[in-house]
Amino acid sequence: MSIETIIDLHLNNGVPSEMNYTGKDFSSDQDVRWCPGCGDYTILKQVQTAMPDIGVKKEDIVFISGIGCAARFPYYMNTFGMHSIHGRAAAIATGLKISRPELSVWVISGDGDSLSIGGNHFLHLLRRNVNVNYLLFNNQVYGLTKGQYSPTAPTGSVSKSTPYGSIDHAVNPLSFALGADGSFVARAMDRDPKHLNQMILRANSHRGTSMLEIYQNCIVFNDGAFELFTDKKSRPAEAIYLEQGEPLIFGDKNDKGIRLDGLTPKVVSLGNSEFSKDDLWIHDEKDKTKSYMLSRFFDQPEPGDENRMPRPFGVLYAEERPCYDEEVNRQISGVVERKGVGNLDELLRGRETWIVE
Amino acid sequence: MQVKDQVRDDVTIRFAGDSGDGMQLTGSLFTNTTALHGNDIRTLPEFPAEIRAPVGTVPGVSSFQLHFGSKEIMTPGDECDVLVVMNSAALKANLSLLRKGGIIIANTSGFDKKNLNLAKYGEGNNPLENGSLSDYIVIEVDVSKLTKESLSDSGLSHKDVERSKNMFVLGLLYWMYNRPLDSTISFLNHKFAKKPEIAEGNIKVLKDGYHYGETTEVFAETYTVKKAHIGPGEYRSITGNEATVLGLVAAARQGNLPLFFGSYPITPASDILHELSALKNYGVTTFQAEDEIAAVSSAIGAAFGGSLGVTSSSGPGVALKAEAVGLAVMLELPLVILNIQRAGPSTGMPTKTEQSDLLQAMYGRNGESPVVIIAPATPGDCFDAAFEASRIAIEHMVPVYFLSDGYLANGSEPWRFPQQKDLKKVNVRFEPGKNGDGSPFLPYVRDERLVRSWAIPGTPGIEHRVGGLEKEVDTGNVSYEPDNHQMMTNLRKDRVDKIADFIPLQKIDSGKEQGDILVVGWGSTYGSIRTAVRELISEGFDVSHAHIKYLNPFPKNLGEILNNFSTIIVPEMNSGQLVKLLRDTFFVPAKGVNKVKGRPFFVDELKQEIKSILSSNE
Repeated sequence: MSIETIIDLHLNNGVPSEMNYTGKDFSSDQDVRWCPGCGDYTILKQVQTAMPDIGVKKEDIVFISGIGCAARFPYYMNTFGMHSIHGRAAAIATGLKISRPELSVWVISGDGDSLSIGGNHFLHLLRRNVNVNYLLFNNQVYGLTKGQYSPTAPTGSVSKSTPYGSIDHAVNPLSFALGADGSFVARAMDRDPKHLNQMILRANSHRGTSMLEIYQNCIVFNDGAFELFTDKKSRPAEAIYLEQGEPLIFGDKNDKGIRLDGLTPKVVSLGNSEFSKDDLWIHDEKDKTKSYMLSRFFDQPEPGDENRMPRPFGVLYAEERPCYDEEVNRQISGVVERKGVGNLDELLRGRETWIVE
Repeated sequence: MQVKDQVRDDVTIRFAGDSGDGMQLTGSLFTNTTALHGNDIRTLPEFPAEIRAPVGTVPGVSSFQLHFGSKEIMTPGDECDVLVVMNSAALKANLSLLRKGGIIIANTSGFDKKNLNLAKYGEGNNPLENGSLSDYIVIEVDVSKLTKESLSDSGLSHKDVERSKNMFVLGLLYWMYNRPLDSTISFLNHKFAKKPEIAEGNIKVLKDGYHYGETTEVFAETYTVKKAHIGPGEYRSITGNEATVLGLVAAARQGNLPLFFGSYPITPASDILHELSALKNYGVTTFQAEDEIAAVSSAIGAAFGGSLGVTSSSGPGVALKAEAVGLAVMLELPLVILNIQRAGPSTGMPTKTEQSDLLQAMYGRNGESPVVIIAPATPGDCFDAAFEASRIAIEHMVPVYFLSDGYLANGSEPWRFPQQKDLKKVNVRFEPGKNGDGSPFLPYVRDERLVRSWAIPGTPGIEHRVGGLEKEVDTGNVSYEPDNHQMMTNLRKDRVDKIADFIPLQKIDSGKEQGDILVVGWGSTYGSIRTAVRELISEGFDVSHAHIKYLNPFPKNLGEILNNFSTIIVPEMNSGQLVKLLRDTFFVPAKGVNKVKGRPFFVDELKQEIKSILSSNE
């Protein structure tokens, strides 16, 4: 018997589901307990705002998190939710999604949760392409344990556990996701709620693992980590918003562009007559090679250097490929179709039996 | 020479050869034929951890022991009566297991200079020639050469011919024990359906082996082992891992639930994954996860969604799952953790058996996180134990450990299989949907058994959050209140203890209800203890046997039973784990009999141990 049948039989009792939701319908009765000013508030608000637009009944939505500040998120969503253990949300979500493919499953994770303790599960979720939405709150610090450097913290980060600066090379989450053959790789920031909202909806509409990295400010332990990209003054020069089919343009007065010189991206000025928009790199989120190059706009010269690239926000890569959960269930249906529903008594008998009088 | 036929009550045969010689298959086929013939039988496969250890060496030896008879057979036999050795390394590794006066059937081409060197017998020191085997009956057969001749016109490659030589030995043994060939012939035709020339070749060698026994005069005797007087009914042969799979599938079916199995390959548990992955039309979803933690986590995710969540592993893998099992304890979701135990700490001895994870299951998690523990006693009993583990997990919303071991997993016995109509119903209590009447849904409200309902996604009006943080009684909201934590800690223990009301009472397996000595066992030691105790009883000793399947909680009457005996002896394949729990729970002066060698107890050594405790009592 399929799980859908079970639900029909045992559960719904003909209770109709109301679908005229507002963002408020997704707010639980629990007090939100993040630090005042935490970037998580904006993200929560934008997820709640986006929920009515995804067209899924409240009871069919599940939020699963691991451990960390971000992991408190499911408690504040008036949907089904599980606050699990450190790093394992991806694996729990995989089991749930395979067994209940009709549910809308969201994973809430952080940089430590996804890229340190849960790195293995994150890798395999992406390569299997399980159809879940994965929101990775990146604040480059361990907030819940009060301020140790995280795997995304830049080398030299001074933190409670690195008083002389961190030695580790930082992980690049988007390159990691692309390296694991993630089928949807995008970036947003807490300080641009409108864009964040769009990205949440884009992530939801993508079939497959939708990995959305969200730059999130930890006001207590790592304040201003992304200021360069989020501050309205520096943002135009330091951030670039990607739009499918549009040229890569940024700068205070949209006066700069990125041009591909062979395989090398170069910043060019659009103010003079040497280059026009037509010479620029046109964003194609289905081009994996170029997406990977965009993900490498990461470790680079200091601000002011002419070779410095702006940090990309938006969808770097999106290409549909078969989803693990669908394929697993397709294979099962195929076997049932071919062999019929198994007879338990035949299974118990096995191939050879004998009678003892 | 006249060949005499002797009647035997029971016989133990050990097939031993290089791991590439097909000894496991030979043993399994002899087992099937013998079971079909109506004997009672137990088997013990033993193989090296390496798939292909260096050919011809002692570490590369693979063995299969089987013990069959016309009487009740509960163990694979202490010493063997017949030892088949395909090469000199096999003799070296196994001779100590052959009884004095027993028969050695030796493949002489495995005793050439090269093989003798590989087995480190030393120059010019062929055991077949140096008189060292004078305590045994040695029958020399050049199996390699005879197989080659048998297939000389077959056109098969040298490799295929070499691979058929186990069939010659099997045919020879069939002749020796008056067994029919048909079951094996039908197996070969089925197995090599796509390569009929291989099937034909194997069948020819099998028959030639049989005829070789018939026509040559190397054997003075054949043996008849009559049908066993076991309970009437229809039987099949089954291994522990196979029975475990059937138990899980049957329980899911009886609860009308999908079965989700998350696993990561590990010896000796992997066969469960293999078998279940073929049962997709039985409502089974298998997931080969990236690691042990993902395996158990995926099962928890599926259980949250309304499936029976099951994960399997062996000791080291189970250690990795511990944190997630703690989560399932907190969430109160049905989860079955199959631990097919193996020997030793760390990687230990993966292919050897042991029952040293009882305390790991009982206590091996952070905080106080009680779980249910069930252990099967025989290969066939793995069905009942897996069924019960699943039933309790579902009906009580609790993680259940199932403690099998390598010996049960790979060992086999005749099994009087049940029919679906005889199986218990598994009662599932899903939380129904709710109209928006304003009252909040409380996910951790309990019934009189202290069990919450299963509130799964997709059900309108009961959206709620669960988690690993301590939760408030009833609401499930996060709580750090001191009194609440005390209450929840007690509740988690009480609700597991309460399960004692829903499991069978403990029974005495053999012997009187009260008396001098009670031997208490658990798990795979059942056969050895039962045989030892029954033999002691027939020798006039006042001794009884009780075997505990439900290890946490214990059956309600266990304390009472223990108090009916003056001495409690607890044999275990560990350094004393159940004995600690019994002493701790019931304050009884239980004595351990312990063996940690990666091998089951011999009946004889158990008898000696029990007798020596008896005599020290006097």
